[in-house]
This record gives sequence, structure tokens and C-alpha cells, in this order.
Amino acid sequence: MTTETRPQPVGGAIFTRPVLALLAVSAVAGALIVWRFAVGLGQTTALNDGYPWGLWIAFDVVTGSALACGGYALALLVYIMNRGQYHPLVRPALVTSAFGYSIAGLSVMIDVGRPWLAYQLPFFWHWNLRSVLLEVALCIMTYTFVLWIELAPAFLERAQTSSIAWIRRLGEMWLPVLRKSLVWVVAFGLLLPTMHQSGLGTLLLLSGPRLHPLWNTIMLPLLFLTSCIAMGFGVVVLESALSSRLLGRAAEIDMLAGLGSVIRPVIHLYLVIRFVDLIVRQQIAQLFAFDGYSILSLIEIGLFFGALALLREERQRRDLGTLFRASMLLLLAGAMYRFDVFLVAFQPGPNWSYFPNVNEILITTGLVTGEIAGYIVLIKLFPILAGQPRVAAPRAARIAAAQPQTVPAH
Amino acid sequence: MDLSRRDALKAMVAAGGAAVATATTPSKATAATARPDAVGMLYDSTRCIGCKACMVACNKANKLTPDTALSGGLWQMPLDLNGQTKNIIKLYEDPKDGERAFIKRQCMHCLDPACTSGCLLGALKKGEFGVVSYNADLCIGCRYCEMACPFNIPKFEWSSTAPKIVKCEFCKERLAEGKPPACTEVCPTGAVIFGKYTGLLAEAHARIDQYPERYIPKVYGESEVGGTQVLYLAHTAFAKLGLPAYGSDPVPTGVREVFQEIYQGIVPPVALYALLAAVLMRSRRQITGEASPTEPPASDAQEREAP
Repeated sequence: MTTETRPQPVGGAIFTRPVLALLAVSAVAGALIVWRFAVGLGQTTALNDGYPWGLWIAFDVVTGSALACGGYALALLVYIMNRGQYHPLVRPALVTSAFGYSIAGLSVMIDVGRPWLAYQLPFFWHWNLRSVLLEVALCIMTYTFVLWIELAPAFLERAQTSSIAWIRRLGEMWLPVLRKSLVWVVAFGLLLPTMHQSGLGTLLLLSGPRLHPLWNTIMLPLLFLTSCIAMGFGVVVLESALSSRLLGRAAEIDMLAGLGSVIRPVIHLYLVIRFVDLIVRQQIAQLFAFDGYSILSLIEIGLFFGALALLREERQRRDLGTLFRASMLLLLAGAMYRFDVFLVAFQPGPNWSYFPNVNEILITTGLVTGEIAGYIVLIKLFPILAGQPRVAAPRAARIAAAQPQTVPAH
Repeated sequence: MDLSRRDALKAMVAAGGAAVATATTPSKATAATARPDAVGMLYDSTRCIGCKACMVACNKANKLTPDTALSGGLWQMPLDLNGQTKNIIKLYEDPKDGERAFIKRQCMHCLDPACTSGCLLGALKKGEFGVVSYNADLCIGCRYCEMACPFNIPKFEWSSTAPKIVKCEFCKERLAEGKPPACTEVCPTGAVIFGKYTGLLAEAHARIDQYPERYIPKVYGESEVGGTQVLYLAHTAFAKLGLPAYGSDPVPTGVREVFQEIYQGIVPPVALYALLAAVLMRSRRQITGEASPTEPPASDAQEREAP
């Protein structure tokens, strides 16, 4: 047995002022979503026939799901690479992943024109097996379920300690069942992101003829896959650093420093593919043409290098502030790469332009604030974060805290 | 269980790595071929007088409300193809030498279309006569066809709350009745003609041979993106007319190489899943929560990493 403490609810008041503020923004977004369905996409968005995919796809779906790869990246590390010491980070990562993917799915339903026909997606007799988008859609739908199931033990553990009898029975009945079958679920949790995160890159291969040569490569799937894994680790570091700061918890600095060194080879791999590809396709000169496209690419690549530089030495990786900055750079880099591919590299012609309007931005913002509020509520109510007293305490106290605890009042 | 984590990692890398392998081998795109029943349209820019009778006929045949927004409701005046316009005549005028040419734009009915390759449930499908047709009942409005089409053809009914994709479907109802597409029927100069695809291709080459000074010696659409069933002849450079210089690889070639070939027969994903599950079996105590009292004593406990 390690000295690792079992996850436990953070406790405390649920609807604090920050949570209410976050939910207020989501409420505005909710009203705008109603309006979008009442009058259609043309009036409410800046989308057009040249740029049929905008902020919602580029950010909420493509970037958002990559930011939600913490669960995937950690599962790779802990279960496949056998680094058990990172296990306490898995649950909080699963929460952001589950929320991130749910929001990606929700955004798609807001973005598509005829969502009421989406019920046909599971009808395999209609499937167009050549469609990458179908693969991505089905994988994301399934993976969202998988994530909530992977997270379900947290809810059931909490149910076991409930004061209401039938909820307690529910937990006692289902937790053993779930635990027995979880391996099969987690295997899905590894397979599906491998498929659809690379698939998100493959999507743009069909736009190839109209994609700027700096980004138009058959390597898109691998670049999307490697960068989403790096971003997954980045999110875990960022989220852990933030929650330790904001909740006044001791930082899990050993684990975070370890993750800092795990991220490096992943970024290396991404950058090697990126550069070798540009050289092989003889586009490397384009990268230094210093036009708008070259400058965007250079910033994007520079951000990756910046994250690498900040994580170079162990001393840096043990500093919470540096870790925070490095993961911010990394997430920015990955997000920018995705925006560049979906909105900048994609060139429908000189007569078309797109910049998201206020509605699109507000709806996206509201979905993100809803996600953050949801995260805060979940870690307060359910055993997500590794059990820890509010301030770093001696080991004895920590072990004591790990004993069956009383339900926090709320 | 003899599978090591190394094997699982290898498999995962291979899944992505197959992309590397295919990318480094030379493109083995097979040229698209026309169906035996393929019909086509040949538009000769040098014969077009820009009367736009074809646009009116198109709207009538397809029951589309003319787009009169720009003209204050007076006459049809679309800026481009849009949710009300499946066919448009545009004028190209060179700002320097004043060279002029008309160009007709509508769906090219590619031999190997990008739109049908991407369409989730096959709402867009290449069917009888090689026509790329649309079935709204299977369309969820994702607009991937618009992202995919190299010619910017499919349009979306942005102002509708039940929007559909709008594009030329070669007047498929008229074809079924044995009639030609409306635009070809009304053209007063024969600038756009309808016929069997192979016949039109021969006709296009015959015109170039007969009047070499009148045409650029190229039939646009013969090889572009694998070939299209709508063919163009012109005196003015095609790129100036909005018809880009594309290679002869069909657009879905890349997707075929890194997606269809890898996922073929769904064997690789299933195999990878099995491999992952096998490797995960070793970590199952960790996955299920170590202190679980319901967990049977694991025989492979000694394999677990020392804390």
C-alpha cells in the first residue's frame, strides 16, 4: 500500500459567489442558444458559405476536446506506461475530460443545422464508412459516455456514504459491478481518443486543395494526435496547479514535476514531425517567408519551444509558477495550431471572410464557464481530488484523513 | 498474459505510424473513372453571351425563389451561388486589357467527389447517371461538404431554421423523365450542352482541334481532381475564371490512404482494443481502486510496481 491518500470530497459551500457568477454567464449563453434555434444560424452567427465552420468547431469541438485529453494522456501514462505514481491525478483529469467532451458534443448540436436528425447517427445501415467525420462523431459520442462511466466510481463511492438508504444501496450494488468491468471501459477510453483525435486532423485532408501549404499535410492526423497528448498533460498540470492555489491545498509538486518531464518528449515528437514534414514537402522556406502565414506558424511553433524551455531543468519543473506558465504556453500552442488549421490555413477564396461575432463568442464563453462551475461543484461534492487537508500537514495527519471520513456538511 | 506494455505502445504507434508509411510511399491514387451511364454538361465560355436565361430556368425547374435582395426585389441578382441559387453566370473582366469572358458555375459532379466522401450518413451520394444528389432526410446540417468541396459549390440555407444544403443535382427529376437539365435546354447559343459524358469529352477535344485559335488547348474538368462530369472550354485562363489549377488526384485520396486503409474492415481498431484491454488487465487493481474490498486477491500482485 502506498501512502497515497484516497480521493475525498473537498466540501464547503456549493453556490459560492464565483460559482454563481460563472453560472450567470452560462445563463446568458443559454438564452442566446434558444435564440439561435428560433431564427437560424445566419442571423445569429458570422458563419457563411465560405467559412461554414467557425469558432464553435475550431474551439469548442477541436480545441476543447484536445484540452479534454487529460484523462486520455494520464491513462496512457499510468496504465500503459505503468507509472502508477500518477494515479491520484487521474480522477480530477477525468472530470475535466468528461465536461470538455460533453461540451464539445453540445456545441456540435448547436452548430449543426438539423440536429433533430442526429438520432440517425447510430443507424449503421446509413453509415458512410468512408466518412472521417462519421468516425469522429461516433467516437466522440461514445467516448463522452465512456468518460462519465470511468468517473462513475466517484459518484457511487459518494452514494455509499449517503444518509438516504436507497442511494446508499445504489452505490453498494453498482460499485462492485462497475469495478469488475472498468478495465474494458478504460480500454475504450484509450482506443477512442487515439481514433478521433487523429481523426480531427484527418478531417481537413478533404479540404486539402484549399489548405495553405504550411499546414496541408498527410501528417495532420499524427500532428493532432501528438499535440493532443501533450495538451492533455498540460491541462492536468494547469488544473492541479490552479486547484492547489485556489483551494489552498498543498501542491502535488512531485507528480507535477514528473509530468513536466513526461511532456517534453511528446512535444519533441510533435516538433520533429512538424519540421521533417515541412522539409520533406519542401515547404520549409515558406515557414521563413515572414508573410502572415509564416508568422502565425512561427508563433505557434515558438510557443511549443517556449514550453520546452520552461520545463528544461528539474529546478524549473519543481516551481509551481514555472509549471503554470509552461502549461499555459503549451495549451496556447496547441490551441493556436488547431485554429490555424481550421480557420487560417483553410482558404475558400478572396470573397470570403470570417470572424466570430458576439453571439458565438458569448455562447462559447458560457459553455466554458458552465464547465468550470461544474468542475468546482463536482470536486466539492464527490471524491475526486486526492484526499488532503486544506494546508500541507504532517504525514500522520494525512493518513488519518484517509480513514473513512464523515460526510462534509453542505 | 504475454503481452507487454511495449507491445501495446508499438501497436498504438503503428496505428498512427501507418500514416507515416503511406505518406512516404508515392501517391498511388487511382484515376477516377466515369460510370458507363455518366451524363455531363459542356460549357463553352466562348459561346456564352451572358443572357442568364439558364439561371432563370434553373430557379424555375428547382422551385427556388430568385435572390433579388441586391436589386431591391426587382430582378435576380445573386453575388454567388447561395441557398437560392444553384447555377450562376459570372463575368470576368481583366482590369488591364479589358479581356472579357463569361463563366457558368454549378456543381461539377466530380467522378470521385470530396463531398460524398465526407458526408456522414450519405445525404450526398453519387448515383444514377453519375449525378451527385442530395437527400435532406439524412442530412444533419454539419456542412462538412462545404468544407470539402474544392470548388466551393454546396451552399447552406443560413436563414432557415430547418436549413438544407443547396446545390445543382443535374435536374435529376427531369433526367428521370428523359429531359435534359433546364439550363442546357434554354441556352440560346448552345454555350452549355447536355449529353453522355464520353461524347461531350470527345466533342470538347474536337472543338479545340477544329478552332485551335479560339481555345486554350485544354478541357477543364478532364483531369482536375480526378475528373468532373461538367467540362469547360474557354479562351481565357481558367484560373482567372475561378477554376483553380488542380492536380489529377481525387480529393479523397489522402483520406483513403490514412483513414480508409487503416480502418479497413475495422480489424485494426478491434485488434488495438483487445491489445489495450490485455495490457490493462495488469493494471486492473489500480483501475478499480486498490483498496476495493470486493477485489479478488490478484495473482499478479507481485508484478505491480513497488510504491
